[in-house]
Amino acid sequence: MAGGVAVRLGAHAGAATRFESNIATRDRSWVKYTLLAVGLTYFLLFLILPLIAVFVEAFRKGWETYLASLTEPDALSAIKLTLIAAGISVPLNLSFGLAAAWAITKFDFPGKNLLITFIDLPFSVSPVVAGLIYVLLFGAHGWFGSWLQANDIRIIFAVPGIVLATVFVTFPFVARELIPLMQAQGRDEEEAAVSLGARGWQMFRRVTLPNIKWALLYGVILCNARAMGEFGAVSVVSGHIRGETNTMPLHVEILYNEYQFAAAFAVASLLALLALVTLIVKTYIEWRASLTTSEESSS
Amino acid sequence: MAHASTRRVLPGFGLSLGYTLIYLSLIVLIPLSSVFFLSAGMGWDRFIDAATAPRVVASYQLSFGASLLAAAINVVFGLILAWVLVRYTFPGKKIVDALVDLPFALPTAVAGISLTAIYAKNGWVGQFFEPFGIQIAFTPIGILIALVFIGLPFIVRTVQPIIEDLDVEFEEAAASLGATRLQTFRRVVFPTLLPALLTGFALAFARAVGEYGSVIFIAGNIPFVSEITPLMIITKLEQYDYEGAAAVAAVMLLVSFALLLIINGLQAWTTRRAGREG
Amino acid sequence: MSIEVKNISKSFGSFKALDNVNLNLPSGELIALLGPSGCGKTTLLRIIAGLEFADEGSIILSGEDASEKHVRDRHVGFVFQHYALFRHLSVFENVAFGLRVKPKPQRPPEKEIRERVHRLLNLVQLDWVADRRPSQLSGGQRQRIALARALAVEPQVLLLDEPFGALDAKVRKELRRWLRRLHDELHISSVFVTHDQEEALEVADSIVLMNKGRIEQIGSPHQIYNEPATSFAYSFIGNVNEFRGRVEGGYVRIGNDLLPHGRSDLSEGSSVIAYARPHDTEIVKGETGEGVSAKVNRILASGAVTRVELIANGDAREGKKDYFEVEVTPDDLAALSLSTGESVRIRSRRLSLFGDN
Repeated sequence: MAGGVAVRLGAHAGAATRFESNIATRDRSWVKYTLLAVGLTYFLLFLILPLIAVFVEAFRKGWETYLASLTEPDALSAIKLTLIAAGISVPLNLSFGLAAAWAITKFDFPGKNLLITFIDLPFSVSPVVAGLIYVLLFGAHGWFGSWLQANDIRIIFAVPGIVLATVFVTFPFVARELIPLMQAQGRDEEEAAVSLGARGWQMFRRVTLPNIKWALLYGVILCNARAMGEFGAVSVVSGHIRGETNTMPLHVEILYNEYQFAAAFAVASLLALLALVTLIVKTYIEWRASLTTSEESSS
Repeated sequence: MAHASTRRVLPGFGLSLGYTLIYLSLIVLIPLSSVFFLSAGMGWDRFIDAATAPRVVASYQLSFGASLLAAAINVVFGLILAWVLVRYTFPGKKIVDALVDLPFALPTAVAGISLTAIYAKNGWVGQFFEPFGIQIAFTPIGILIALVFIGLPFIVRTVQPIIEDLDVEFEEAAASLGATRLQTFRRVVFPTLLPALLTGFALAFARAVGEYGSVIFIAGNIPFVSEITPLMIITKLEQYDYEGAAAVAAVMLLVSFALLLIINGLQAWTTRRAGREG
Repeated sequence: MSIEVKNISKSFGSFKALDNVNLNLPSGELIALLGPSGCGKTTLLRIIAGLEFADEGSIILSGEDASEKHVRDRHVGFVFQHYALFRHLSVFENVAFGLRVKPKPQRPPEKEIRERVHRLLNLVQLDWVADRRPSQLSGGQRQRIALARALAVEPQVLLLDEPFGALDAKVRKELRRWLRRLHDELHISSVFVTHDQEEALEVADSIVLMNKGRIEQIGSPHQIYNEPATSFAYSFIGNVNEFRGRVEGGYVRIGNDLLPHGRSDLSEGSSVIAYARPHDTEIVKGETGEGVSAKVNRILASGAVTRVELIANGDAREGKKDYFEVEVTPDDLAALSLSTGESVRIRSRRLSLFGDN
């Protein structure tokens, strides 16, 4: 995922007017309007249309079908499982992200760059491969398959597998927001806190946390969005058992493949809403974070 | 860089690094290595057989071809969109800027069924192509559309900050030396953006090669025609062909790692070129 | 080429950057636009270049109105403060840039481009870095390459924005001399912006002194230094002792002290500011008589002349005591035999007076 709070703090306000009022950077008006037309058409066609289509299709058969699709037992159990998967993987990856960023940015040790590369690894692995690796380990024919069977533990085609796959695909989100920011902030403030007698937890809560809160929140909401929306990895390990191992995206797939389009889009519209909320919160965080930095740079 | 010292000022080094390493190993490294152990256990001949079966090779061609093309399309239009977002003022700009990230936030399955509905024969867009005998959904063109959708933000979000940071002095210098606007773009602006464009291209490509959810609904999934590589892994798994699945996965992982190295190199180049002191 | 600036005004929002500026710069000279930061000098330079457009007035280059011309058609060479060298291009290609972007019919053939670029690189004594990237050069080298690049298109006028601003003191001094020599060789009309009076006084043929969007004085370095036309010019250029008081006959009354001024055109009782350079100021022993009473604070006897720093004995102005500086030759110093803390009087051999509004 490109961007991140640290990167996206470019000077937004007034930037366009600055370019448009300078003779050397001003584009001719026909160039400007052509590019605007092309860029915005592309934007509408590829980004906005799919978003609108979700809601139009969801309400094609009216409110009642819509509500019924969301309240039937299988849908409810899919929503519940999605919440469970996100509820476990987000805190896990949050604590990991904090630990990794702390170790990497506050200390020097050999192999640090390799460690950073490894943390990014899950982003470059296909979701399907992400699911596959747990099947290879815990599936009926996997490494631990017979041992798990003998002890009557189910991981694949069960909730633990879904959680594992979700943890894998959302693994780097928090860490990769925190690392560049904390690297830029350096160690001075923490060292000052320690020199003033702060204990570990006091230093973290009073000095580190206030400095990273926006990046942390940013990482968490992106992590959560991906956790709730993951399809490929979860699909491999789930087994698609209705009412048991279906998350919301998997439930959408089953309904769609059964030609229950309105119901499929109804559940999909909930996920689309989640995406919109995520984007709104994300924009708000970027705005807040840019306020903090502009205050700092102006003082 | 400060010297590593045996006595550390800040607390928590052992705890945080230990936790990081154990968690990383358990969740990522050990599971990923299973693919390579299983592939290695197959022996070279069986591995090659599984990884280069004709149907699998057809899927490579489709996945890599469509991903390259989608990334290339996004380079052009993503650059235009990023340029428009930085350089011009227009109503609704903030909303457009925020919604560019939609493919990051929208679950892939949702994008998949929605794109299918739009580009099907009777869909909003598909109906205009139907009279010309052009089918989009359930063909490789549909796959392309889905990959364009998920790749767009990668280009915009890597190029946008570079355009924002472009020092106007460079364009002023070019103009004072007599360059036209087009010459200035081609000879001064574009070379500055090039590393970022290539980085965005590589990121979009890497994502597209592994993409599953948004593609699978619109693809049609016809053997030798519209089966993507991730689908081949699932197909083999459903037949309990763990080794075959691992072999294809090993190929994909190797490609991903190679791309990761390339992207890291490109990003270093981007920062070097965008930095003030060159 | 001559540059004529006619009635130029420019505002940024409510800030008036240039206020009806008129200027006539003769051909072939090296001219300094000098003034404190925010005085409008860079804006004026950018308006001459066509990088900025005035709200009112016109720019006339070689007798031709260029006000509406695009920067690329004005044939001015512009050297940017931070050089703006294209970092993806080699030094050679940076210098060749202006030639390569000429429209096809005017574009010189490749062989001529090579010759011209190498000639320019030789001129700036940097032919040996032709294949390097700008990032591999020192600040002074970058500045010279930026100059070569601007000269490559054979501009009618060369404009330099704070050309030595980003360099350290030693390199700055070298480059100043070098720019002067280069100008004597090429005789291209050049204007450079600076806030450093020493730089302007040392390098320029004439100086345009600006303050708050207006021109204070135009003249040779000698005139600017020795005959400041305005109160601002006096206080901005060189070290100066400042006295504020009222005209009382042949004197300026400052508190209880009387300073002779030797002028006859001043109306009795008017408020004036009097200026005197440290080397035109003299110290008189004794506590009474003409002159301003002050106490010797420090005697700085390093170099050919000794600088004596004094603190006024009179009332503090705006909570601050006035400081004075007097330059004394070793002989005079020996004759005066001053000691720190001693009360003396200071007078001026050449006092300049301006009305104090």
